[in-house]
Amino acid sequence: MPPRVLILRAPGTNCDQETAYAFEVAGGRTQSVHVNRLLENPRLADEFQILCLPGGFSYGDDIAAGRILGNQIRHHLADAMQSFKAAGKLILGICNGFQILIKSGLLLEDDPVSGPAATLVWNASGKFEDRWVRLNTASSKSVFLAGVETMYLPVAHAEGKFVARDEATLAALDTGGQLALRYAPLDASPGARADADVPYPANPNGSPRNVAGVCDATGRVFGLMPHPERHIDRTHHPRWTRGEGGDVGDGLKLFQNSVAYFAT
Amino acid sequence: MLWEVDIYAAEGQADLAAGRIRGDAADLGLAANLAVRAASGFLVEGPLDETAARMIADELLADRVVERAVVAPVGDERLTMPPGGEKRLVHVLMKPGVMDPVAQSALGAIADFGLRPDAVRTLRKYWLGELPDDKLKLLCQKVLANDAIEQVIVGPLRLERLEFGSPYKFALVTTPIRDLDDDGLMRLSREGQLYLKITEMRTIAAHFRELSREPTDVELETIAQTWSEHCSHKTLAGRIAYRDERGERRFDNMLKETIFAATQEIRRRLGDDDWCVSVFKDNAGVVRFDEQHNIAFKVETHNHPSAIEPYGGANTGIGGVIRDTLGTGMGAKPICNTDVFCFAPPDTPADAIPPGTLHPRRVVKGVVAGVRDYGNRMGIPTVNGAIYFDPRYVGNPLVYCGNVGLIPRDKSFKKTIPGDLIVALGGRTGRDGIHGATFSSAELTSESETVSGGAVQIGNAITEKMVLDVLLAARDRELFTAVTDCGAGGFSSAVGEMGAEIGAEVWLDRVPLKYDGLSYTEMWISEAQERMVLSVSEDTWPQLEALCASEGVEATILGRFVPTGRLVLKYGEHQVADLSMEFLHDGRPPTVRDAVYTPPPVVPLNVVPRADYTDALVKILSSLNVASKEWVIRQYDHEVQGGSVVKPLVGVVNDGPSDAAVLRPALSSRRGVVVSCGMNPRYGEFDTYHMAASAIDEAVRNCVAVGADPSRIAILDNFCWGDCDRSETLGSLVRAAIACQDIALAFGTPFISGKDSLNNEFSYLDDRGAKQTIAIPPSLLISAMGQVDDVGRCVTMDLKRPGSVLYQIGETRDELGGSHFALVEGLSGGQVPTVDAEKARATFAALYEAIHAGLVLACHDLSEGGLAAAVAEMAFAGGIGVHVNLDNVPRVANVDAVAALLFSESNSRFVVEVASDNAARFEAALAGNPLARIGETTSEQRLTVAASGKNAIKSELPHLKEAWQQPLRW
Repeated sequence: MPPRVLILRAPGTNCDQETAYAFEVAGGRTQSVHVNRLLENPRLADEFQILCLPGGFSYGDDIAAGRILGNQIRHHLADAMQSFKAAGKLILGICNGFQILIKSGLLLEDDPVSGPAATLVWNASGKFEDRWVRLNTASSKSVFLAGVETMYLPVAHAEGKFVARDEATLAALDTGGQLALRYAPLDASPGARADADVPYPANPNGSPRNVAGVCDATGRVFGLMPHPERHIDRTHHPRWTRGEGGDVGDGLKLFQNSVAYFAT
Repeated sequence: MLWEVDIYAAEGQADLAAGRIRGDAADLGLAANLAVRAASGFLVEGPLDETAARMIADELLADRVVERAVVAPVGDERLTMPPGGEKRLVHVLMKPGVMDPVAQSALGAIADFGLRPDAVRTLRKYWLGELPDDKLKLLCQKVLANDAIEQVIVGPLRLERLEFGSPYKFALVTTPIRDLDDDGLMRLSREGQLYLKITEMRTIAAHFRELSREPTDVELETIAQTWSEHCSHKTLAGRIAYRDERGERRFDNMLKETIFAATQEIRRRLGDDDWCVSVFKDNAGVVRFDEQHNIAFKVETHNHPSAIEPYGGANTGIGGVIRDTLGTGMGAKPICNTDVFCFAPPDTPADAIPPGTLHPRRVVKGVVAGVRDYGNRMGIPTVNGAIYFDPRYVGNPLVYCGNVGLIPRDKSFKKTIPGDLIVALGGRTGRDGIHGATFSSAELTSESETVSGGAVQIGNAITEKMVLDVLLAARDRELFTAVTDCGAGGFSSAVGEMGAEIGAEVWLDRVPLKYDGLSYTEMWISEAQERMVLSVSEDTWPQLEALCASEGVEATILGRFVPTGRLVLKYGEHQVADLSMEFLHDGRPPTVRDAVYTPPPVVPLNVVPRADYTDALVKILSSLNVASKEWVIRQYDHEVQGGSVVKPLVGVVNDGPSDAAVLRPALSSRRGVVVSCGMNPRYGEFDTYHMAASAIDEAVRNCVAVGADPSRIAILDNFCWGDCDRSETLGSLVRAAIACQDIALAFGTPFISGKDSLNNEFSYLDDRGAKQTIAIPPSLLISAMGQVDDVGRCVTMDLKRPGSVLYQIGETRDELGGSHFALVEGLSGGQVPTVDAEKARATFAALYEAIHAGLVLACHDLSEGGLAAAVAEMAFAGGIGVHVNLDNVPRVANVDAVAALLFSESNSRFVVEVASDNAARFEAALAGNPLARIGETTSEQRLTVAASGKNAIKSELPHLKEAWQQPLRW
């Protein structure tokens, strides 16, 4: 049985269709569900093995990216989400989905006193940008990145700079392998770990430690700013007319990994 | 209780807004290194105690990791303590009634905490260093706020409450018209902002004399809106007597007899192979795409609002054209946006800007941000565009917004059924945009901002996205019978059009309002954004209502389409309008105009020959029209929806200028849509016929350059012109329309939709009190939508590898008139580029076959800057060197001047890179067309162009690329 994928849609979500398509190509069975249905019946999530929060501008990114939907999850869906995680299921947040995961506390736990562990803030450039980036996998923690050393994917965001509460928190996440995906110089070799800050625009938003994607302590909840669903076809690659890229896009592996996780 | 929450960057975090303001203040010469601290703020009104207010601040409004919040009741001194000892405090608030999407969302999000505030407003707060009053005032005007939509409060905020609006007390207003003389009629037209002509006012007066009564205010408004230039295109669809050097031509309906006639003839010739589906009829033109789908395309302009409030104008411009495709047939799914802008040069000195205008730099930034924020939020990739700079756009910038939609073939038509309910979907109605339709028929003046401020709006993209989601779901479930968008003219236009053949009764007291106090007339003509009108049968209404409720979209029954042939408006018990649909739609007296065109004599353009033209090439690459637009393009999401194939930026480091964009709208299919454009306002000074012909050629060849099938390209026209009451101005437009007819027919390329915007002029009083008027140059945008059956066959313009053969396809003529060479060299005169349509058509067809057969590595069209600029762009985009020999360039007889061979902008030409192995096959494919090997690609990072054995151009690629990228790298 292919795993069932819940594509969570809210006002302003706009990458839901191509993300569902990527899961379908990878062998998943997707269903797009409006957040209002989940708020009415949080147990709806029980029927699925994978929860995906796709990109977009949930509630317009008004106030801050992902904040409003993140708060709705905190206030109304926390129990359902905790039991989803506890059941060994997978959660993926892409771009706005990553922002929502971070702001909902689903990805990194809050500290009762100091509050959230991290956030995603405005790009150092101060503007929304669509550009392609080189990404290297920095740890084997994330289920989604199994067997992925490097990917070439587009980013398209304004608020993607990952900022931890303090240096100690960031260091602990790093040590725990949770800063799983990093921006790398465009000519970096696969798997090479850039410890120094990668300069703009290879690091498109100025994230410290070049953080592009973060997973939780189990590796089963993962959020990333780049868009893997925008690189599943040969002709997605910006230089496919130059013969670059493979027969399928780099991003497909991430969806295949999540589907394969339930195949055994 | 009225709480204020001010949010500052926390210690050690960047204050990005402050940095921008400091930079702008320095640019304007107001202060060298101004101390700035910026905060975003929220005003929250309602029964909240301090604990609740603090909780909202910490958990919703501020990000505790990187921000700190100051929370206090308005007026409290905690809010007026400068964070760093700054001297001046400025608050900027939206004017009451202006759309404030963040405040709306915050209100909803606070409800998630179980709290129920009454109202929320946002504000911006700036702490500034020492600054004298006059400079502070300038900073507020030029940087901090736009007083078309915002108010500035210097010093502490004193505010008691947020709510505004007061209950409306009904009073029927009638406007005496029957006894007015011509002066009185024109005064009424002007002061009532009807902007109708005297013949039209006389017709209205006569109509009501016949009815033996005076019109109500809303009846007059409805007529003015329906008869407005914006809604009826009365000038171009009117009677025109046109004269030029070839004689006289009389039109009963100019557009119908030129552009539309060409399309009809093309369709007739195609017979059973006709692939046009719905042209010049619906909100967008529709053509066949594949077995399941058609595609729709529409381009609109939003010029006057963008002049006054660039962000909001562009924002609602893109929002409006998206609703056009969404309101086509039974609703098309928007799949990409295009945007073309015309601005004054951004380096125009501040003191050269006429009174009442915004500095072009500010207009550029505002317009780009407006398109970015709306398009990105809608999740529609913005894939194609262009920007043209000319000083004459200073008071009247042009903002063209386009949208392509994908629609199932069986959903491409609609039909309102008598008895259907009139249902409004989406945003609520406020005073926004009152008189937008009639305002766009007026000339802009330095007073426009005060007179017409109500016509300027901000959009709320998420409301429109929610409407899009439910509308397409409702379409697939067949829950309505017809749909149209609420654009200019609001409900008046939408209901008037849908019910034109039937009749309608509207119950205005049911209109959902943003705030109290709107009169019945304001409700009827408001152009509030993000609204659609549907006709819905009684049977399906409950399902539609439930669907909308399930996604939080407001749907309201406003009336019924009744088979009376009349438009009846009611407010409660009161009837406020009763007009015959016939008078409304067919009663307007025909507009009769004289149009005259005298082509200026061709005067020679004198180029002093010289040995080296490298400098001219560098100047062309650095000219604003040619220079890289990467700063703009990267701010648009051009890949959302996952179908991107050829991006706007291509090449070895993804930064070369693509000729056209290609995308796959259906992800499981290999079939692609190609989008491109053509425009050259500089040619209009020579001959608008050739300008229009060149624009069509450019749009089509851009499409062909990436691999589109030239027999499946559809085009759109958008005329932006000056005041067409002047017969010379109208003459230059008619001449362009005749060219559109001729070239479309010769190419077999149908126009499927179009739009015009006349009166693009700006008037002001100069220092001596004399009226000065700046008219824009004739500005015809041609947008092209092509198709490819397999996107894997597409090519891009970047050179691919050393050792390939370079060809020029098409003949070079001595056509430097209006060229960019003439621009950067300060030369005048010359022959403007013309189009040899028969040759062009054959070339396009042969090139398509060669690309389709896989014989082409790279292809780029020749446009601004001619051969030299095209080859330079191909080289630095690909990071591949080039050597060209001009001696071989295909040309008409007697063209041997090096400058012409390098920089002439003759149409229908391409440079193509072909692998040497394929050269023979490629030459065979192009047999019979003007073609010659002009050079080869090399492994050096250098461009050389030789003429008669000597280098006329020699430059390193990084130098050329920097010249091209530097000017607009903001």
